[in-house]
Amino acid sequence: MAEGCCTKNRNIMILACSGGSNVGQLANRVAVELTQEGIGKMFCLAGIGGHLSGFVQSARDVPQMVAVDGCSVGCAKAILEHAEIPIKDYLVLTDLGMEKNKNFDLKADEIQKVKDAVKEVCGPKQPFSPITEMDSSGCCH
Amino acid sequence: MEIKVLGPGCPKCQIAEKNVRDAVSEAGVDATVIKVTDTMEIAKHGVFGTPAVVIDNEVKSVGKIPGKEEIKTWIKK
Repeated sequence: MAEGCCTKNRNIMILACSGGSNVGQLANRVAVELTQEGIGKMFCLAGIGGHLSGFVQSARDVPQMVAVDGCSVGCAKAILEHAEIPIKDYLVLTDLGMEKNKNFDLKADEIQKVKDAVKEVCGPKQPFSPITEMDSSGCCH
Repeated sequence: MEIKVLGPGCPKCQIAEKNVRDAVSEAGVDATVIKVTDTMEIAKHGVFGTPAVVIDNEVKSVGKIPGKEEIKTWIKK
């Protein structure tokens, strides 16, 4: 949803597969934490999957986006392709050496490892900094 | 035709609204332009940011100012 006023260009859209495995939920957890830290803003992949125009158009128009899949099945990637949304930055957690299983007790070191990987894959294109530059009315300029 | 411009009132949102109104006028189409400033109403459209333009409940643009010529391509039958 829109928060405050105009979208900041450096507001990175984060899309996590949020699937039913440890790596799916790790992707989800990382998306939540990076949002809380102001690195980017988690967005609703299900809305894109449902082809709801607000979600699809938002993903098409956003300047920077990172999609995070837990495993090589690539559900997030497939959803974006199905909605004809260009895939920008992309990460698969099993490619980081993580094993896919059904243990949902996510470990802090794994969460941190994925957060670092997401930041790295987003690259130096834009500096990471909290999204705080708004005036007293909550609007950017 | 119903056109909504979503945005709480920042300069970019105001320019987007002006472009929409100008495009409607220049294209000579019968359209109602509504400025939506309520954040809860904006959220119902599922947009990532504002300004956003919605035509007959289909979101056409999000987080940027669409130009008049682009808007005309959306509203011309």
